[in-house]
Amino acid sequence: MSEFLSQVFTTLLAILLGVGGVVGLFLGMEFLIGFLPQRLQPKVRPWAYIGPTLLIMGIYLVYPTLHTLYLSFLDERSQQFVGLKNYLWTLTSPEMHIAFRNNLLWIVLMTLFSVGLGLVIAVLVDRVSYESVAKSVIFLPMAISFVGASVIWRFVYAFKPANVPQIGLLNAIVTALDGQPLGWLVDTRVNNLALIAVGIWLQTGFCMVILSAGIKSIPREILEAARVDGASEWRIFWQVIVPMIGSTIAVVATTVIINALKAFDIVFVLTNGQRGTEVIANRMYKEMFSFLNFGRASAIAVILLLAIIPIMAANIRRFQAQEAIR
Amino acid sequence: MARRMYWILLTATVVAGLLLSSCAPQTVTVTVPVEKQVTVERTVEVTVPVPTSRGVVTVLGVWGGSEFEAFAASVEPFTKETGIGMAFETSREQATVLVTRVQAGNPPDIAILPQPGLLVDLAKMGALVPLENIVDMDQLKKDYSQAWIDLGSYDGHLYGIWFKGALKSLVWYNPKAFQEKGYQVPTTWDEMIALSDRIVADGGTPWCIGLESGAASGWPGTDWIEDIMLRTAGPEVYDQWVNHEIPWTDSAVKRAWELFGQIARNEQYVWGGTTGVLSTNFGDSPRPLFDTPPGCYMHRQASFITGFFPEGVTAEDYDVFAFPSIDPQWGVPALGAGDVVVMLNDTPEARAFIQYLASPRPHEIWAARGGFISPHRGVDPNAYPDELTRKQAQILASAEVFRFDGSDLMPAAVGAGSFWTGVMDYVGGKDLDAVLQAIEKSAQDAYK
Repeated sequence: MSEFLSQVFTTLLAILLGVGGVVGLFLGMEFLIGFLPQRLQPKVRPWAYIGPTLLIMGIYLVYPTLHTLYLSFLDERSQQFVGLKNYLWTLTSPEMHIAFRNNLLWIVLMTLFSVGLGLVIAVLVDRVSYESVAKSVIFLPMAISFVGASVIWRFVYAFKPANVPQIGLLNAIVTALDGQPLGWLVDTRVNNLALIAVGIWLQTGFCMVILSAGIKSIPREILEAARVDGASEWRIFWQVIVPMIGSTIAVVATTVIINALKAFDIVFVLTNGQRGTEVIANRMYKEMFSFLNFGRASAIAVILLLAIIPIMAANIRRFQAQEAIR
Repeated sequence: MARRMYWILLTATVVAGLLLSSCAPQTVTVTVPVEKQVTVERTVEVTVPVPTSRGVVTVLGVWGGSEFEAFAASVEPFTKETGIGMAFETSREQATVLVTRVQAGNPPDIAILPQPGLLVDLAKMGALVPLENIVDMDQLKKDYSQAWIDLGSYDGHLYGIWFKGALKSLVWYNPKAFQEKGYQVPTTWDEMIALSDRIVADGGTPWCIGLESGAASGWPGTDWIEDIMLRTAGPEVYDQWVNHEIPWTDSAVKRAWELFGQIARNEQYVWGGTTGVLSTNFGDSPRPLFDTPPGCYMHRQASFITGFFPEGVTAEDYDVFAFPSIDPQWGVPALGAGDVVVMLNDTPEARAFIQYLASPRPHEIWAARGGFISPHRGVDPNAYPDELTRKQAQILASAEVFRFDGSDLMPAAVGAGSFWTGVMDYVGGKDLDAVLQAIEKSAQDAYK
C-alpha cells in the first residue's frame, strides 16, 4: 500500500515539476528578455522559446539517430566495421520478410479501419443527442496504455479446449453459437488480424475525436445549402464532408500509418512475433535485447526510420501547401 | 498579448503532460518491481549500525514473490554477521536491464542469471569479474561437480557460482488416478507410448503440454527435445548439437523432433489438441492432472512446476517418474538448469557476498523452505523438506550424465529465438524439414 502511495506521490510530483518547470521556463525567459533593449526583444524571443527544445531534441533525438546510423555499420558488439552486412541481412532474411509483410498488413488494415470507423462514428454521433457519451466511450481505450490493452485482449482471446468452460470472451461467444473454440493468437489464419484488431480498438477513438472536430468546423450553411439543393445525405458525406475535411483525414491517416509502422507493444505482449506475427519493431527489440546484436538492431532501426521519413515529408508538404493557400 | 501568452502556456502544459504520461509506463517496466533493501531494514532492527563505506551489495535477479522471500531469508545470516545489507532488484527483462546498465557504466554489484548463455555474453563484453582469487577453488571443486564448474566458466576463467538448480527430466503424474485405472509407471519410451495409447482407448487424454510463456513461448518444447536428444543420441552428440558441430538437419536431431511430434502433434494425445498445446500457459498446463476425472494423466516438466500446482493439491496428489530411457544404450540421463551468481563490481561487499553464497548455509536455508534444489554437494540432505525433493536433489548433484538445458547454452538468437519459434511452428503443423532448415540458417549465422 505504501509502495502504491509513494508511486502516486511520485507521479503527482513529476506532473507538478514537469508542468511547473515548463511554465517557469517560459516565464523566466520572458523575464530575462525584458532586460534586453526593446529593439532586440522580438529577434531574441523566438530563439529563447525554441532554444531549450532544440537543445533537448539535439541530445535526445539527433545524436542517438546519428549514433544508430553509425552502429548499423558495425558488427553485433559494435567493434568491427562490417559495411552493409547488417542491411543485407535485414533485407534478405526470411524473418524480416515476414515482418515487412505484417507491417504492410498493419498499415493497410489499421489505417483503413481506424480512420474509416473513426469517420463513420464521427459523422453518426454528430447527429444524435447523446454525442458526448458515445464519443467518450469510444475514446476510452485511448486512455489505456498499449501494454494494458494487450493484457485485456489476452483474456478476450484466451483459448480453452471445447469440453471445458471458456474463459476467453471471444471463444465463449463462439462456443455458445455451437462453434469450435479457436486459438486466436496461434492460428496463422487469424492471429495477425487478431493483433491488428487490438490496434484498431486503440486508435479508432483518436481518429474519431480529431475527425469529429473537423466535421464540426464545416460551416452549417454549406451543409444546409447542399440539402436545399436536394443532395442525399450519402452524397453530402462523399462530396461535401469528405473533401472539406480531407486535410484532417490525411493528418489522422499519417499518424495511424506511423503508429502501424512502429507497432510493437501489442505484438510483444500477445505473441512476441511467434506463429508468423513478427513485426519490424519487435524484431528490432529481439535483435537488440534478446540476441544482443546491436548492428542488426540498428540497421532495422535505420530502415524503419527511412520508411517513416517519406510519410512525414508528405505530411509536412501537405501542411505547408495548405498554409500557403490560407 | 495576454491571451497569446495564455495559449502558449496551455499548449506547453498539455505537451509536458503528454510527454510525462507517455514516458511513465516505460519507466515503470524497468524500475517498479524493485524490492527495496529488505535486509537493510532488518539490520536496522538488530541495531547493527551500517557503516556507510560497506553498507549494501546491489543484486539484480529475476526472483520475485516467494522466491525472493526465500532468497532474502537465505541472505539474512550474512547480513547479521557482516552488517552488509542487500538491495535486491527484480526484473523480468533481466537481460535487457543488465545490458543497458553495463553499457551505461552502472551495473549492479551482483547479478543472478537464470542462464549460462548470458554469463558467456557478459564475459565476452568484459563485464564480469573472474572469481578464482575470490573463492577457495579447492573447496569449490569439492562442493561442485566438474560439470557445474565448467558451466560457470568461460575462456579458462571462473565467472559464476551455481546457486539454485532445477531438474528437468521429470514426468509428473497423479498416483491416485493411475491407481484407479490400473496404469503402471512406464520405464521405457515404448511403454510410455503404449500407456498413452491405452489412456486414449480408455477415453482419456494422456498428456498435458503448455508451450505458451509470453515472450518466451516455445521453451517447454525445447526441454522435451533436449531430453529426447540425450536419450536417443547420447551426451556426446548432444554436446555437438548444442555447440553446432552437427547441423540441425542432422538425422539425430530430426529423430528427436519426430519423437516429440509423436506426442505433441497427436491431437488425441494432448489436452486441447495442438491448439491447446500452443495456447496453454506452461504454468497452467499441469492443472488438468488434478481434475476429476483427470483432464490428462502425465506432464513432463522441471522440478519447479510444483509451485504452479493449483491450491489444495497436496504431496499425496502427485508423484514423479524420470523421463524414461529411449535407446537403452544411453540410459536415463539428467537434464537440468540453474541460476548462476556473477559479479560485476569488484567491491569487498560483493566478494563477501559471493563467498557466502558458495557456502552450503544459504542453500540449506532455502532448501528447508521448499521448491528448491541445490547443485552444491555440501548441502545436508536432511535440509530438504520431503522425500520427493531429496530424491531430485540427489539425482541433480550425483547424476553420472548431467547436461544443462541446451537452449540456454546456445546463442540467444537460436536458443531463445529460432528454436522457440521452430517448436511453435512444428507443433502448429509446419513441415519438419522446413522448420529445421530455418533454425539451421539462423544457427549458421549466430555461431561464430
